[in-house]
Amino acid sequence: MSEVVTLGHGSGGKLAHELIDRVFVSNFGMTGPLTDSAILEYSGVTLAFTTDSYVIDPLFFPGGDIGKLAVCGTVNDLAVSGADVKYMATSFIIEEGFPLSDLRRIAASMTEEAKKAGIRIVTGDTKVVEKGKCDKLFINTSGTGFLRPDLRHISTGSKIRPGDKLIINGPLGNHSAAILAARNIFNFSIPVESDCASLNHLINSVLKKSSEVHFMRDLTRGGLSSVLNELSDMISYDIIVNEASVPVEEPVKGLCEILGFDPLSLANEGKVLFVVGENDHEMIMDVLRSDPLGRNSAVIGGIINSEIKRVILNTSVGGRRILDMPSGIQLPRIC
Amino acid sequence: MCLSFPARIVAIDGSMAEVSAGGTVFKAGLQMVENARVGDYILLHAGFAIQIISEKEALETLELLREMDDSLEI
Amino acid sequence: MIPWKYDLIMKYIDEYRDKALIMKLAELIKKSATGDYTFMEVCGGHTASIHRFGIPSLLPGNIRLVSGPGCPVCVTGEEFIDYAIECSAMERVIIATFGDLMRVPGAFSSLDREKAAGADIRVVLSGLEALEIARSNPERTVIFLGIGFETTAPGTAVTVMLAAKEGIKNFFLLSAHKVMPPAIEAIIKDGTRLNGFICPGHVAVITGASAFKFIPEKYNLGCVITGFEPTDILYAILMLVNQANRNTPCVEIQYSRAVNADGNKIAQKYLSEIFEFSDTLWRGFGVIPASGLKLGKKYESFDAEKRFPVNVVFHEGSEACICGEILRGLKTPADCTLFGSTCLPETPAGACMVSDEGACNTYYKYKINE
Repeated sequence: MSEVVTLGHGSGGKLAHELIDRVFVSNFGMTGPLTDSAILEYSGVTLAFTTDSYVIDPLFFPGGDIGKLAVCGTVNDLAVSGADVKYMATSFIIEEGFPLSDLRRIAASMTEEAKKAGIRIVTGDTKVVEKGKCDKLFINTSGTGFLRPDLRHISTGSKIRPGDKLIINGPLGNHSAAILAARNIFNFSIPVESDCASLNHLINSVLKKSSEVHFMRDLTRGGLSSVLNELSDMISYDIIVNEASVPVEEPVKGLCEILGFDPLSLANEGKVLFVVGENDHEMIMDVLRSDPLGRNSAVIGGIINSEIKRVILNTSVGGRRILDMPSGIQLPRIC
Repeated sequence: MCLSFPARIVAIDGSMAEVSAGGTVFKAGLQMVENARVGDYILLHAGFAIQIISEKEALETLELLREMDDSLEI
Repeated sequence: MIPWKYDLIMKYIDEYRDKALIMKLAELIKKSATGDYTFMEVCGGHTASIHRFGIPSLLPGNIRLVSGPGCPVCVTGEEFIDYAIECSAMERVIIATFGDLMRVPGAFSSLDREKAAGADIRVVLSGLEALEIARSNPERTVIFLGIGFETTAPGTAVTVMLAAKEGIKNFFLLSAHKVMPPAIEAIIKDGTRLNGFICPGHVAVITGASAFKFIPEKYNLGCVITGFEPTDILYAILMLVNQANRNTPCVEIQYSRAVNADGNKIAQKYLSEIFEFSDTLWRGFGVIPASGLKLGKKYESFDAEKRFPVNVVFHEGSEACICGEILRGLKTPADCTLFGSTCLPETPAGACMVSDEGACNTYYKYKINE
């Protein structure tokens, strides 16, 4: 491992996992597979508990802002464990000189999103640091919700079996593309917005109708490739992805071709991967498609009996290859 | 090397053009191509148009491939 | 979702990635491949495409594809990175680079690490963006790292010419630009057993197909100038198999929608106006005469090496790293003791692992041989 932290360590791929494992998990004595939320049992009550920090730049972007993102991100981390999301705490680290009007705008955005998600922000904290000691604004949100004991398996995928189907609720890469364009470091523009959204209502509508949801995870940093490789480490089957079925919008495809990015490794903020039992997958697709946040859902692959215990991509042209964990952030290339 | 991809010219301003790939718009220098017009397809590489793509040849190649049958030697 | 105007580009790409067409080509190749064939692709873009689309899984076992030195990152010497790092430490310097170079290991560090430590190193999509940084920061010194072959060098030439025209005094070029034909010739002379070359389509856009005439004429080897879509590559392989079967090695243009015999004359003119050939070090090959591009006398004032002479110690790479032999097609990543153990995309020992087009990175990413 390198001796300094680099941007690659924060990007959700191999480097990030290494950092988390070697510096934090081992020190904190955390056991068991790392899931989006911790599942805690106390006195007959099962809680899901999670935390996340938001350091996005720019603060305001097409489709949202850091505040909306902070609420959605934590809501989604809880929702994908199957929890009924209830309460959120939020803390702000603010750079001296930050405009109050922007702060109000962000707070209003958080209020609106919390309302949409049906959750309450119940406590918080603010710190102000000298100019230059943080980049404008960092937000941390921690959240909790109640988990039905019969849904515990969703975080670990222990009920996944061959024949299960992989479903995602819409096209990939919009968030990354919108953010990169909004940063204005490269000369390009793209007609897509961040897909930033709270997915708890969508997920609850599926959980209400089906007991065959075997696994869920949101597709944030590192994208679909990252999540599938994490899942592959947790189960002893092969994961097949059919490239032709994975929805990617044309402008995002164009961006990826020109800059040399892989859309399957791009971050999303409103996308979830479901692994569901074969018998229920069509019904689940109907439920998803009838929701605005799931209108472009697609079955993108499935679970098969193990040969090599990896993530295998059936390419759109009929070839086959391994889909590996992305390593570090994707950089635009000319080669 | 040479990650280069087709893009369509949507606007020209002197020696610079705006080119679109699937709706994402990039800037491209036109210094290396002659008589480029809005609507032309160019190969975009490292911020420059390095060639105007012949639509005729592109279609002809596809036609040729489609017409190839088992017995045809090329 | 914001609506956008329908773009025919993606339609053409879809057609050049049509599964039925590709399966048909794969069948034709199987039928025609009656012997044993080894073809080398000398363009990292081809290496990347071949593996991205899973083309090896579509080919019969008697066709072997070998990767050559077509990845400009892979063949760039460590000293180039070391030099750039030294410059980045100078006062007021901004290093502008293509993303490809960020993670390439130098002797002790990489541009990525130096940026993490506070150096002003910026990724750009084009030399024009680097020039814009120079315009907007007149009190800073901008050094643009020029890598790439004949496809990329003309763009750098245009950039330098614009800098001269506008009288920009704070823009400099550190050139590692190279040209392909001498390296291909060096490989052939090396004696690697090949039937033919999948020739670099985008280099040929600039140079013209005639630049590769020497391959069949001097060495009797097949040569097809190939595009980058899966149909292009499979079609080219079919053409090479036929050339081998009939023993009629020649230059054929598969990529006719972008390549012709003479190339892009305007781009060639920029190249000859701004650059001159130099004897240049290729990682894995040593110095190849007249294979590099350095700024000519007229544009010397933009040459970073002349303006900022820095002593960079030539550092022998790890002995166990066999990038050199891999680049020459003599060995594969699987033959390397470091591959997959200490040499990984996150901790590359050699350039072949860093670049997305490097043979080792591609092998690792797509887990060939598993």
